[in-house]
Amino acid sequence: MALQASKVQVGDTYTQKLTDDLSRTQIVQYAGASGDYNPLHSDEIFTTKVANYPTVFAHGMLTMGMTGRMVTDFVGDGRLTAYGVRFTRQVWPGDALTATAKVDAVRDEDGQSLVDLSVTTVNQDGDVVVMGKATAKIDP
Amino acid sequence: MAAKKFPVEAGHIMMFARAVGDPNPIYHDAEAAADTEPGKTIAPPTFYQASAQFDPDYFLRPKIGEPWFGSGKEPTGVPPTRTGGDGGTGLHAEQRFEYFRHVSPGETLTLKTRPGKSWERQGKRGGNLKFSENITEYYDESGELVVRATGVGVRTEKVVESD
Repeated sequence: MALQASKVQVGDTYTQKLTDDLSRTQIVQYAGASGDYNPLHSDEIFTTKVANYPTVFAHGMLTMGMTGRMVTDFVGDGRLTAYGVRFTRQVWPGDALTATAKVDAVRDEDGQSLVDLSVTTVNQDGDVVVMGKATAKIDP
Repeated sequence: MAAKKFPVEAGHIMMFARAVGDPNPIYHDAEAAADTEPGKTIAPPTFYQASAQFDPDYFLRPKIGEPWFGSGKEPTGVPPTRTGGDGGTGLHAEQRFEYFRHVSPGETLTLKTRPGKSWERQGKRGGNLKFSENITEYYDESGELVVRATGVGVRTEKVVESD
């Protein structure tokens, strides 16, 4: 179901809970699917003893991918024309993440209706872990 | 550096969607996907990054028979190839995708990679920060640009502490 320009207003928000308790296994799943096997994401010995982090942490791209679900659930399948984020804070095993899209603009470009969104994902403390923008084609 | 060819496969899309926690049937059920607006399975928005699987030299995948910087029973002492090699860390700062079309299983994409901008600034916690862009363009079999991915990496001179 795609959004309709006539039913979307600047300032509208859409929020989705992404996880209550990010598992180490999901981080491993992402390593396997994406092909990014950086030991910082799955290897506790390397991460704590060699790289001196408190524990392993999620790929930024995992958080971006999880946040992408919220975006495509909001705008509809195959509607995205742009999606970008900055990784502002690390995501650790056990984190609870919530993603929100906010409508920044509804506009027309060459006869195509578009929606511009601000995208933000926060952890259980309300700290922003990724923030960015997305644009999608919507129906008139 | 990047994969030259990226075959887009249904099983890979299914596993990727599971990994990012997206249960949308368009990513794993071809029959259900036929009833969606695209009319077929498409790749999730960040799937393009998984082209790393098809890069024979990808530096964050262990190579058969070669030393790997991750630990076995204990740390190996093997220097990290390109991340954290000097005691600092290389991290992903930003990622952007532009979609001209969403791709489906059965397609083979051709990748072209080039460096983008680079810049430096002083970080609040991590010392001097060095940013660099890497741009990957994905072309379909008819030579049309389907996706442009821009990654920004940052290197810091010391480990970024979480608080």
